[in-house]
Amino acid sequence: MQITFLLNGETTTVALTDASLTVLDWLREERGLTGSKEACREGDCGACTVMLTDASGSRAINACITLLPQLHGRALRTIEGIGTAAAPHPVQQALIDHHGSQCGFCTPGIAVALAAAHLNGEADHDAALAGNLCRCTGYAPIIRAAEAAAGALVPEWMQADAAPASLALAAISSGGIGGADSPPALLPESADDLAVWYLAHPDAALVAGGTDLGLTITKALKPLGEAAFLHRCADLQTITETAEEIRIGAGVSIAALLRALAGPQPSFAALLARFASPQIRAMATLGGNIANGSPIADTPPALIALGARLHLRRGDGRREMALEDFYLDYRKQDRAPGEFIEAVTIPARAPNLRVYKLSKRFDQDISALCGAFNVTVQRGRITAARIAFGGMAAVPKRARALEAALIGQVCDEATLAACAPLLAQDFTPISDFRGAAAYRMQAAQNLCLRYARDLAGEAVSVLEVAP
Amino acid sequence: MSIGAPLPHESAALHVLGTARYIDDIPTPAGTLHLAFGLSTVAHGTIAAMDLAAVRAAPGVVAVLTAADLPHANDVGPAVADEPLLATGIVHYAGQPVFLVVATSHLAARKAARLGQIDYLPLPAILTIDQALAAGSRYEGGPVVWARGDAGAAIAGAAHVVEGVFETGGQEHFYLEGQAALAVPGEDAMVVHASSQHPTEVQHKVAAALGCPFHAVRVEVRRMGGGFGGKESQGNALAVAAAVAARATGRACKMRYDRDDDMLITGKRHDFRVRYRAGFDADGRLCGVEFTHFMRCGWSQDLSLPVADRAMLHADNAYFIPAMRIESHRLRTHTQSATAFRGFGGPQGMIGIERVLEHGAQVLGIDPLDLRRRNFYAEAGGLSAPPRPPEDILPRQTHYGQEVTDFELGAMVTELEKSADFVARRAEIGRWNSKNRTLKRGIALTPVKFGISFTLTHLNQAGALVQVYADGSVGLSHGGTEMGQGLHRKVGQVAAAAFGIGIEAVRVEATDTAKVPNTSATAASSGTDLNGMAVKAACDTIRGRIAAHLAEAAGVKPQEVHFEGGRVFAGAREMGFAEAVASAYLARISLSAAGFYATPALEWDRKAGRGRPFYYFAYGAAVSEVVIDTLTGENRILRADILHDAGASLNPALDIGQIEGGYVQGAGWLTTEELVWNDEGRLLTHAPSTYKIPASSDRPRIFNVALWPGRNREATIHRSKAVGEPPLMLAISVHQALGAAVAACGPNWPGLAAPATPEAVLAAVARARGA
Repeated sequence: MQITFLLNGETTTVALTDASLTVLDWLREERGLTGSKEACREGDCGACTVMLTDASGSRAINACITLLPQLHGRALRTIEGIGTAAAPHPVQQALIDHHGSQCGFCTPGIAVALAAAHLNGEADHDAALAGNLCRCTGYAPIIRAAEAAAGALVPEWMQADAAPASLALAAISSGGIGGADSPPALLPESADDLAVWYLAHPDAALVAGGTDLGLTITKALKPLGEAAFLHRCADLQTITETAEEIRIGAGVSIAALLRALAGPQPSFAALLARFASPQIRAMATLGGNIANGSPIADTPPALIALGARLHLRRGDGRREMALEDFYLDYRKQDRAPGEFIEAVTIPARAPNLRVYKLSKRFDQDISALCGAFNVTVQRGRITAARIAFGGMAAVPKRARALEAALIGQVCDEATLAACAPLLAQDFTPISDFRGAAAYRMQAAQNLCLRYARDLAGEAVSVLEVAP
Repeated sequence: MSIGAPLPHESAALHVLGTARYIDDIPTPAGTLHLAFGLSTVAHGTIAAMDLAAVRAAPGVVAVLTAADLPHANDVGPAVADEPLLATGIVHYAGQPVFLVVATSHLAARKAARLGQIDYLPLPAILTIDQALAAGSRYEGGPVVWARGDAGAAIAGAAHVVEGVFETGGQEHFYLEGQAALAVPGEDAMVVHASSQHPTEVQHKVAAALGCPFHAVRVEVRRMGGGFGGKESQGNALAVAAAVAARATGRACKMRYDRDDDMLITGKRHDFRVRYRAGFDADGRLCGVEFTHFMRCGWSQDLSLPVADRAMLHADNAYFIPAMRIESHRLRTHTQSATAFRGFGGPQGMIGIERVLEHGAQVLGIDPLDLRRRNFYAEAGGLSAPPRPPEDILPRQTHYGQEVTDFELGAMVTELEKSADFVARRAEIGRWNSKNRTLKRGIALTPVKFGISFTLTHLNQAGALVQVYADGSVGLSHGGTEMGQGLHRKVGQVAAAAFGIGIEAVRVEATDTAKVPNTSATAASSGTDLNGMAVKAACDTIRGRIAAHLAEAAGVKPQEVHFEGGRVFAGAREMGFAEAVASAYLARISLSAAGFYATPALEWDRKAGRGRPFYYFAYGAAVSEVVIDTLTGENRILRADILHDAGASLNPALDIGQIEGGYVQGAGWLTTEELVWNDEGRLLTHAPSTYKIPASSDRPRIFNVALWPGRNREATIHRSKAVGEPPLMLAISVHQALGAAVAACGPNWPGLAAPATPEAVLAAVARARGA
């Protein structure tokens, strides 16, 4: 398999021999571009940050868990293409001027993340840096640098990647990645292509964003095997909104979903803003987050509370189901061989939806637990309730006993306080390094109080408090 | 004048362009091999059988070594020889290196390392402080006890007594560049590129492993991608492994730990338990304090004894305690060998007395800041504090007998209280809390007094080599290593100032054991103090020679020759520095000199716990404001105001960088950073996905940092003060502010744990309410 992409503005063709090769390893070991650093190899520190550009724009991504085939038809810009000694990027000069580097190891990744945000005119520098760890500076001088560079013009070379669609792409066969003997792989152009091939290769890995799948390669050291790389399936990446519902393609990135939901679903969007990091959100897809099936995945509790419907496809056959029914047991879903998620539909509006994620750190962390509450109130009484939790059971799961008890009650703090102990019937959480079982249960019950106070307009989040 | 200028880090341009080279970026010779360790999966056990056939057969594997294959010393311990590179019969923690894979690629080595089949006969694993106490598993035979006066009697006679137990978690260094080393075999010597704070120790350990004299090993350190103490001793294993494999294969060998391996193998900050009993008089003055320190040191001694000593030495922090007894238990456990980490035990010792004062303020009903002030050491400006019994101890003598002659926290705290608007904000927060039931805010001011010098007195020495080239450019080497702190820039500024030239004319070379021998670790905040003085000595020697040469020609005295602004003035003559140098060269004057420095006035008996271990003290104070959620325990730092004493700062930009970074790193230690081991002694939090250091949004949104406009009373390099470690302890104010916010929830002593995760805060809220 041959893939073609722009590397720092130059058309680059690579004959792949190993689909498991990460972009970072290729850059550092094959191309001698050692500016991008490895510090965690799991997309959690940002030292490997590079910029990816395609039809949906430019954004920072983690090179360490991106696989080389995912670059096909796209443009990649590394720290070596962000600026040079003779012509540094404004954020690079500002980082020097404001003492934004100490040991310097995180700095290339930070410079790329800031340059991508600068290109996109993003003003929230903390948000732009949520996926970049620095252990030396305490971040203050980096933020000062970002602020200082904000007004500078975007260098012309940063915009040179804007039209990678002009790449003359070689036709991609569905043959083996490294020739006839290697596992089959596919770079489909549409869901139809995928549906046909996946029926014949039901054990293949579907690489959408690859942000979790990448870890099986970099951490578990397992080869990818058969795989389809889905980033060119534009038909899986659409969002359509009607008066009643929003249909979200499975291949829609979390970043695109965040932009789309900021207006119609602000609480869900606020959760998505804490979904991993900008680098991960740029690659990770909604379908991937659902299909992954982790009990602590970010989107399922909110989606279940919204009453999301899942649209599955197998060959030409399609079916749909409530998302909560998809999750059968720990990492086990109601999905047939060769079947994949095509889309998810959610209601267009849910004014009473509130999603609360609890974790040790606010940004780039995984839930200890996540509660999503969505009650319908008519004439002061609760007429419907959908409440779902992540991190409280082996799967993302509704709190049925609590929901049932709320029906017909007045929607106020007294009701929620009285019913919250029912969560002990709904869940038996475990203890792990993210939180003890007792904490999970206590906090989950307390989130019921928070929900009541939140609906009543009381300040309930530490994020709302300004010094 | 370069001294005091806020110049950028010496490698700043290379950092931002991605062209600064770390170990894994160095171009390697053809045929370079890559290494990985096979690790123990049990905490304690005898190796009954080891089958490495699958490892040897794995693709790309060139060699597999076990302890039996090592030709000479099998030890990488920094203090005593109790730390085998590869396990010998018994494994002592989960994560201990057992065998070494040498392969053609990093990935091939990692994959093969997982294929080892090792059968263990389990032995009882001692994992916790309590298990170690019960088993009598400890270093130094028994606890170390230092005492002044009769603390028990003083407490018995006190008006108020508080007692309790407080635990703080350990801390992973999380240097962004993991441990790494590259060994390149020479004709008859070994060159090692290491990411190490202690190249000389790497040299010694490699030489012992190769069975050669020290001079046959050259260790070079250009820079580290962060150290924080974690590369003082923990990099020895990689350097020794690479050198042994390079000698065995005749090829260059590189080793870098994957992040998970790094966290599983290497030591961290000591987690800590302190038991305290403290007596206060009716006015809130401490009469006596008894501390019992328990430190979980892990499987080998490493640097744990001086770490535990430093905890004892900082058990007073800024407070005069007339009667004090400290009992320190250094416990041996089957866990990673806890090691140096910024502060080196100081943070643990210091947070103990701050906890006593927090607790005392609650019991006595005295404002915490007020209580702290009443117990401060006497201000250096004069004996402003009234004398207190016992009459024979001045309120400036520490419990270990050193006079605190430079105390300035009284004035600093007053200044900070004003600049941070502390009193008004505290009142406003009280009103705010009375109106908010879900969220509570807290504010606290805590001081830092940190002793500067290695407590192992002989380490307080440094060397330098300065070379002035015939074109007037200057190259210098010194014994310190650059890990991001800006040491090379500061030392370069010292040289530039000595010659009166611009910083661009000075190049600081990679640290190299062949240039400057017998160096101490870059540690204990001492890098600039020691190496700056050594560089200055060398520069002064060369400058003296040039001056003598020019003075003779000009008919003036050598001391009348001035070096300033890139020019040299000798009587009526004026010339550029390069011209002066060229003139000296033609006159056959040596333009190269070594410099040396040994810190004066130190005298320390660590067994007795008496003497003057520190040349001086560095001071600082911080106000932190936080908010907590009483339903979930979530918390945020809202604002920090810091006033810190860096003496006459050599470079205020770099010093402020150390202060901001140290504060946030300390805040991480006390809030989000939680190390969790399972019941079998396996570390569960071994990557950034599970171990959470502060992210950008965790820093205080309002973050005011100012330098105290002082000068060191001691004759340090241009009267500056060390700044590497002390700021970390400013973050104790974060924990105290969280404690204050929790205390606003109810009348009871909340006893907030550390790290103050949401779970810990929620538990403390419940205790405050009496639930």
